[in-house]
Amino acid sequence: MYDMKALYQAKDVADAVALRLAHPEAHIIAGGSDVLVQMREGKRAGVELISIQGLDELRGVSLEEDGTLRIGSLTSFSHITRDPLIQKYINVLGEAVDQVGGPQIRNIGTIGGNTCNGVTSADSASTLHAWDAVVELTGPDGVRCQPISEFYIRAGKVDIREGEIQTAILIQKDSYLDTFGHYIKYAMRNAMDIATLGTSVNVRLSADKKTVERARVAFGVAGPVPLRARTAEALAAGKPVTMELAEAFAQAVKEDINPRDSWRAAKDFRMHIAVESAKRAFIESVKLAGGAL
Amino acid sequence: MSNSVGKSVTRVDAYDKATGRAKYTDDLCDRSALVARICHSTIAHGVVKAIDTTEAESIPGVVRVLTCFDVPDIPFPTAGHPWSTDPHHQDVADRLLLNRHVRYYGDEVAVVIAEDEVAAAQGVRALKVEYDELPFVLDVQKAMEQDAPQLHEEYPGNVLAHTDIRKGDYETARQEPGLIKVEGWYDTPTVQHCHIENHGCFAYEEAGRIVVVTSTQIPHIVRRVVGQALGIPWGKVRIIKPYIGGGFGNKQDALYEPLCAWCSTQVGGRLVKLECSREETFVSNRVRHAIRTHIISYVRPDGTLVARKFEAFSNQGAYASHGHGIVAKGMGAFPQLYPCDNLECDAWTVFTNRPSAGAMRGYGIPQAMFAGESHIDDICRAIGMEPLEFRRKNLMPVGYVDGFSKNELYSDTFNQCMEKGMAAIGYEQKLREYQNQTGPVRRGVGMAVFWYNTAVWPISLESSSCRMVLNQDGSLQFQTGETEIGQGCDTAYSQMVADAVGVPLKDVHVVSSQDTDVTPFGTGAYASRQTYIGGFSIVQTAAALRERILNIAHEQTRMPVSNLDLVDGQIVRKSDGRVLKSLGDLATESLYSMEHSQHITAETTAQIKTNAYSFGCSFAEVEVDIPMCKVKLLDIVNVHDCGTLINPALAEAQVHGGMSMAIGYGLSEELKFDEKTGKPLNNNLLDYKLSTFMDHPTLQAAFVENAEPTSPYGTKALGEPPACSPAPAIRNAILQATGVAIDCCPITPHVLYRRFKEAGLIQD
Amino acid sequence: MEKHVIQYQTVHFNLNGKDVERTVDVRASLTDTLRNDFRMTSVKKGCEVGECGACNVLIDGEAFNSCIYLAVWAEGKRIRTLEGLLGPNGELSDIQQAFVDEAAIQCGFCTPGFILTAVEILESGKEYTDDELRKLLSGHLCRCTGYENILRAVKKTMYKRLGKEMPQA
Repeated sequence: MYDMKALYQAKDVADAVALRLAHPEAHIIAGGSDVLVQMREGKRAGVELISIQGLDELRGVSLEEDGTLRIGSLTSFSHITRDPLIQKYINVLGEAVDQVGGPQIRNIGTIGGNTCNGVTSADSASTLHAWDAVVELTGPDGVRCQPISEFYIRAGKVDIREGEIQTAILIQKDSYLDTFGHYIKYAMRNAMDIATLGTSVNVRLSADKKTVERARVAFGVAGPVPLRARTAEALAAGKPVTMELAEAFAQAVKEDINPRDSWRAAKDFRMHIAVESAKRAFIESVKLAGGAL
Repeated sequence: MSNSVGKSVTRVDAYDKATGRAKYTDDLCDRSALVARICHSTIAHGVVKAIDTTEAESIPGVVRVLTCFDVPDIPFPTAGHPWSTDPHHQDVADRLLLNRHVRYYGDEVAVVIAEDEVAAAQGVRALKVEYDELPFVLDVQKAMEQDAPQLHEEYPGNVLAHTDIRKGDYETARQEPGLIKVEGWYDTPTVQHCHIENHGCFAYEEAGRIVVVTSTQIPHIVRRVVGQALGIPWGKVRIIKPYIGGGFGNKQDALYEPLCAWCSTQVGGRLVKLECSREETFVSNRVRHAIRTHIISYVRPDGTLVARKFEAFSNQGAYASHGHGIVAKGMGAFPQLYPCDNLECDAWTVFTNRPSAGAMRGYGIPQAMFAGESHIDDICRAIGMEPLEFRRKNLMPVGYVDGFSKNELYSDTFNQCMEKGMAAIGYEQKLREYQNQTGPVRRGVGMAVFWYNTAVWPISLESSSCRMVLNQDGSLQFQTGETEIGQGCDTAYSQMVADAVGVPLKDVHVVSSQDTDVTPFGTGAYASRQTYIGGFSIVQTAAALRERILNIAHEQTRMPVSNLDLVDGQIVRKSDGRVLKSLGDLATESLYSMEHSQHITAETTAQIKTNAYSFGCSFAEVEVDIPMCKVKLLDIVNVHDCGTLINPALAEAQVHGGMSMAIGYGLSEELKFDEKTGKPLNNNLLDYKLSTFMDHPTLQAAFVENAEPTSPYGTKALGEPPACSPAPAIRNAILQATGVAIDCCPITPHVLYRRFKEAGLIQD
Repeated sequence: MEKHVIQYQTVHFNLNGKDVERTVDVRASLTDTLRNDFRMTSVKKGCEVGECGACNVLIDGEAFNSCIYLAVWAEGKRIRTLEGLLGPNGELSDIQQAFVDEAAIQCGFCTPGFILTAVEILESGKEYTDDELRKLLSGHLCRCTGYENILRAVKKTMYKRLGKEMPQA
């Protein structure tokens, strides 16, 4: 049994917003794999919960009229991985969330929860950053959209305002068009683990596959929140596809990342892995995009 | 006579476990139970000044708060050792039910008993504990320094025990000209057993006695410890052990049974349940001793060992538990495995402010083998000799007899096991193939052997008792004090009983659960002893039962006993092989006889004054991704000579499990502590990296079967041996792949990063 | 201290093919409800934070750790536990029998959870490689078996259901 003060179960998004306004101290619970664990630990013991678990309208992946890919916030990791639209347009996201925990966690964990907990190690987060995802929030004043990089305020804190719940993650067409990416989860074992470092790279190549038109890279656990390595991205843009570029791109990520020393891993070790992972993920992305190195 | 032993019969508990019907401790607890939760210290060392219980007591549902100021002042031991009537051989009694002097982060200071788990947890959080903090020490050698914080008054300098072994003249021998000196320090980590069922128990009073139902490996020992801890006669205590979800040595200690029993007595004998959370299991149960080992070997260029020094520092943690026995066993293996004429060996067991270390699968041997077998490969590197060649030259020879245990190596076990392992992994070809690699990703093969001995004689008592009760239909129940903890002893015993009595396996019913009120005395599951030790009492009791049966057969058939036999559940006349009657008919007639009614039973105790070596080896193949600082285990094989296999399928399964644990030991598992506070950092199954389904290659288990002459079934230890040699084999494979000799386990990416950087294999 | 008012809710769900309803404390996990109210002893508690897989059940065909699933969320769901696999006369299902035959059971505490994930895998009707099976089963920890015989049991049953010969290793 959980030490919760009260449970409010939302019937739909509007009801969730109303409950948020009525119970501003209450915590939102989606899948439960974070909130309930922290409640058991004692961290969130005794709090009120607003459960949005039953809002099936927030599940599923769809394509909007303008080509924007819409991922409902309660879509579970396993459903994202299996979704044909994800597989077609942003396969790397499906691959990344297929490395969260284990199968049961991927059945219960949601992409909304994974971003709203504000954790830098979340397996979806670096890919969503690298693909310029947009977070859709619904509140008393309607819908508000925000680039994911601005959604994260600091470790464990995201920009969800009074009365709001996150309702979708959006990937705009320009972000995924002709773009191919690769995610490397660096962890201490091959399942049931959190990332020591997450590296997500994607590239768009010129029509002849010889030139990098756009390269993006984002990391988890290279700073207090997921972050982009813009220096490396700028360095690669417009450059011919070569192994030297892969090497230079990888070295350049050091300019923007700032991992910390913790008992989980040392800063210099994380830096080292970030460079090596950036190189490997870049090479793999280029290959997926049809380029040759 | 053998029909069943040696066959891979299905586990006797398989159906119940495959259907979820098998009852474990919590399944048996009535839902009306009060729930007890422990308040653990949040400092590593200090004295509790006061505990304010007011707020906790006001929480609705909280029934009783008990603190370290309330407990009886009776220090008690917890180790799952047979009791000794000689006070000098008794376990160290250094615990109270709750402690005012707290010695590790997680020590027990109070307990809240409540109507449900939420109220109990709230009560624990509401306690205000005031401490006088004391300095603490986590490192074993720092704890031996002069100004180190002192944990136990009775043990100045924190040394629980020091023992040594001397042979020949080390100092003189090492002066021989031309010797090559090889020296190494080897560190092994604090790890935890991680049985999937946490320890839990429940207690209540009945007829003026205390009953504890508990997840334990050692019910009869727990009975004694509960009696000691509560200061009540042992006969006032009844322990019941149902199925348990693994133990691996953690449950070879009295854990929270004494506290739970005492809690029940403090609430009028009401039913009280005390279950450990996973976080508590990691910290406040037992862990495996972290041992630091220093080895110096002086070797001739031809590989002859001339003089050796061995020093081991065993991190006991806060309380004595199994204490010095662990490192002493590891040190004992050193002179035996590679005999050498000139030796200086010392072992220290030292208190530190870490969780208490107790028994864990291998009892000092995984640590000793990691150090010893890593060192052997370091010697091989230094003198340019192949690891197999060195071992063939130096390993314990056939016919070796240990003066203390009188154990003898009867067969050419090591060579036979190594041959089998080499073939299984393709060792020689790979060893050549993987020489002189360059490039970022390299492969290597490595191996290690292990030494293990079965059971605890002559250090402690070895005895087992067995009872057999014949039913009217010719089937029988048997009981022993030895416990099924997942390893399959109920099945192996059933096979032995069937053959020894002369009945079909289907007619043998094991009483799986131990209840100290009715189960014959036996000390339980540890030291890989049960198949070996239980075999003696089964054979002896079966003989007694057969004698009774044949005497009754004589009464009923008038045939002389000397011409009667019991074969496959039938009374047979030996001279012509005629079946005279079934055992069922005999038993029915005997029980209901108007002339001479008899209930046919037998019960005996066997004391065992032998012990048996159980040896083998591991071979591992790895791929090392140097820039990523990662090791991938490609292949691994364990080969064991545990004598004659009683049940080959279950034996193989045992080996798989031990290998898995040892792979984690070698590559990923370590319980970590904050240097600044002594707080455990990763006491959960997410942050503590035991192997998952995706962290293993196919596990290969192979056997060499040299029947053990001292055992009635030719068997010897197999429970713990599989966990002893894979870690050094993996370490030695990494050495072959990269040339980097790692001096600690687990060999994590963090370790590899440092060592590869030092070796110039990676640059930043 | 203020008296906590316990919030109760009646949930209706299908448990092993049978429609049931129970009034539960909203603080209860599905593990609590299945163990305490329905006496489903196959649902084990190993960590209660979703890390070990011992409490695994199938909810609408997918595997979930019931310890981190609120009982009230079961409303309208189809829930299966190991108890539901047994035939009317106590017959083991093929996957249970394979666990028995392959010596994939030791202490037995992880067994029910593993078998239910295996059911989800087998009901997909797909053929998986060893590596894929390892990944699909990786949400369960086992300390006894080294996973080896569990893999054998699942693989053997998969090929049997697919009507194919199991490739020799």
